[in-house]
Amino acid sequence: MKRSSAMAPYLLWIVFFTVVPTLLVVYYGFTQSGPEGTHWSLSNFTRFFEPIYLRVLWRSVYLALISTSICLFLGYPAAMIMAGRAFTRKNALLLLFVVPMWMNFLLRTYAWLTLLERNGFINLILGYLRLPSLNILYTNSAVVLGMVYNFLPFMVLPIYSVLSKIDRRVLEAAQDLGANSWTVFWRVILPLSLPGVVSGITMVFMPALTTFVISRLLGGGQFTLIGNLIEQQFLVVGDWGFGSAISLVMMLLILLSMALMSFFEGDEREVSLW
Amino acid sequence: MVKFLQRVYVYLIFSFLYLPIAVLMVYSFNNSRSRGTWGGFTFKWYQGLFYDRTIMGSLYSTLIIGIGAAVIATIIGTLAAFGIHNSQGWQKRLVMNLTYIPVLNPDIVTAISLMILFVFTRLRLGYLTLLLAHITFNIPYVILSVLPKLRQLNKHLYEAALDLGATPAQALWKIVIPEIMPGIITGLLLAFTLSIDDFVVSFFTTGSGISTLSITIFSMARQGINPKINALSTLMFTLVLVLLIIVNIRQGRDQKKERADKGDPKKQISAYPADPSGLQSGFNRL
Repeated sequence: MKRSSAMAPYLLWIVFFTVVPTLLVVYYGFTQSGPEGTHWSLSNFTRFFEPIYLRVLWRSVYLALISTSICLFLGYPAAMIMAGRAFTRKNALLLLFVVPMWMNFLLRTYAWLTLLERNGFINLILGYLRLPSLNILYTNSAVVLGMVYNFLPFMVLPIYSVLSKIDRRVLEAAQDLGANSWTVFWRVILPLSLPGVVSGITMVFMPALTTFVISRLLGGGQFTLIGNLIEQQFLVVGDWGFGSAISLVMMLLILLSMALMSFFEGDEREVSLW
Repeated sequence: MVKFLQRVYVYLIFSFLYLPIAVLMVYSFNNSRSRGTWGGFTFKWYQGLFYDRTIMGSLYSTLIIGIGAAVIATIIGTLAAFGIHNSQGWQKRLVMNLTYIPVLNPDIVTAISLMILFVFTRLRLGYLTLLLAHITFNIPYVILSVLPKLRQLNKHLYEAALDLGATPAQALWKIVIPEIMPGIITGLLLAFTLSIDDFVVSFFTTGSGISTLSITIFSMARQGINPKINALSTLMFTLVLVLLIIVNIRQGRDQKKERADKGDPKKQISAYPADPSGLQSGFNRL
């Protein structure tokens, strides 16, 4: 078990494929190349703060926040029930919850196309029930739906794992001391489950903020999110400088929200970033 | 009554999760191309799948890249875990923080930074760049699966083996590696799964003509609904389901045996089909 030699291939790998690429993104973000050569400049960043792009940023944050809240409000009760006494075979239950996540992410998103389109399954059912048809495909609602569908398990699982570890005797003690079930929930269960809630929020918010697939497939062309903007800069427009600058802003956003979250989560993680 | 309502709520959530998949599967047997009508039962989309050169070609690339990236990442990652386990102080912290970068970075940022690197170094985008990219995002998960096993390892075992006359290499092969094997296997499987499931990084680091299954699905789905994708989803979902059931039955059997051996009455809970820590970290990448 020699020390340095075992790590050598990995160190080389990190330098070439993590450190250098990151530096390249920083380089492209902070430079501007014109006919007279490349020079340092902040113009990529100032461009990002133009109203059209700020609107994209705002829309991404807004949709991610909505999806995260829906996941929290749907997921917390589900996690609580699953951790409670209503079900006995908890392992089977959890397995059932995890199975859809093993399906390819794109296929799960694609499945909603079949359900939501004009002649799709949902409108077929609504038609039988003589209800007005629902046309939300290629709108913000469809994007939010896709995010909630894909990321709901990320919310439920961490909350479940925290809730199922709560010592029943603590709850019984609270009841013995005269708390009714609401008080037990607000004063005991909820505070104890906060670490799970925080990691659930992080695990939903981050991918929701950075996705470009869900918005591309369910949102149609006109609803650009920040992820789509980056994709366009690299694959369509070819403006690497601007694309890198947006990526850097997004990384900063993610780091900030993670710092915020770990502030709430307390010092539980073994290794922290930075 | 409360219990009943609670159950109904959870069943509703489950139907939300499963309904889209179920509908997809049913339509894969629909003879009519339009979703509004049921044109009878058919296998033609499945047949079409096997004659579709694009789909079969991308399945092949997916498997090649997945296996290659998983194996190489497991070797580099396991070695790295040894190194990290045996280092201390700022070096350890630095390497661990660098390890977390690909895990924490949004997929799209990892993807574009690698794309810039490959174009900058004039590597031709294709199999090689895909492989390099996949290895890069796989290694951290291997390290994170192997490290806990190394921490659990009794370090006196290695010393005992040396005392009993084993060479360091023998002690490593016969004692240490078998002890941490479950972590290595978990890392390998996790890496393979992540590779197969990846879309974003592959999308940016592939070149013309070479596409993985995810990329093919994306370009087909962008043109609207295609019953062949339904057939493909059904096959992939069934495969995953069968694999998970097998793994779970095996785990259940092992645990029963263990419990019987130790006479431990306490029920051991394995909440997740595979290693929970590995799966949890895998979520981040989805």
